[in-house]
Amino acid sequence: MNLRRDVFQAIADPTRRAILVLVATQSMTAGAIAANFDSARPTVSKHLQILTECELLQQEQNGREIYYHFNAKKMKEVADFIEPFRQMWDERFNKLETVMKKYKSKK
Amino acid sequence: MEQKTKINAEDGKQDLTITREFDLPLELLFTAYAEPELVEQWMSNQYSTTKMLKLESKKHGAYQLQTTDPNGNVVFRANGVIHDFVPNQKITRTFEMENTPFGVQLEVYEFEKLNDETSKLSMHVIYESVEQRDQVLKLPFAQGINMAHNRIEEILSKMQNSDRPVFI
Repeated sequence: MNLRRDVFQAIADPTRRAILVLVATQSMTAGAIAANFDSARPTVSKHLQILTECELLQQEQNGREIYYHFNAKKMKEVADFIEPFRQMWDERFNKLETVMKKYKSKK
Repeated sequence: MEQKTKINAEDGKQDLTITREFDLPLELLFTAYAEPELVEQWMSNQYSTTKMLKLESKKHGAYQLQTTDPNGNVVFRANGVIHDFVPNQKITRTFEMENTPFGVQLEVYEFEKLNDETSKLSMHVIYESVEQRDQVLKLPFAQGINMAHNRIEEILSKMQNSDRPVFI
């Protein structure tokens, strides 16, 4: 159950979603993935580590390089579940709270 | 850590409940739903802007909202009627996404004071059928992926038009 929640935390992050879409089209090395993002290389590595740990990405050694593959099967499992719906509301309600706190302090 | 927003959707049923406790006094929470310019603010995010084309916050009132992407394209329009409107207590309304197969849903919002600084919202949403409820539950995930996908397409098209590396 804990692992399952990690998967949803993984896809809640916009950079990680962008990485998934990038790798879904073709397998790539960490360097090639990082070249697409403005974030520091260690930040991208951390994202890759999280995505690999929850099995949304798989690593494969090819000579000296490690390529990241997209695990479509795991993604399907995630898609069937209710969590993204909850997160959408959670984000919306967080925004509501922020907006109303500002509104209150302006009054 | 306990989750602030809870969803209860039992298998094989055509309704669900969404509950959330807010770090806001009851009156402020209710105002967030009653004032169109505030609804617009919290319903909008970096990927989309929501505009209330109409919001009559009263019994037998109606509303219509529209969401546009950063390029100004309308991605979503929804409307409904307000069946009941009791300030700081309750809103009962319908909600229907225009030009989609999702049908109409009945929404009952209950607002509750917890203490002077905190409040709770309970939403009870009833769909036309079990199938429709389950379809709606799957929507946000598809949207999240589409957003990421659009972003990637945008970057790729920029890369084709420039020799310099493009950063997100």
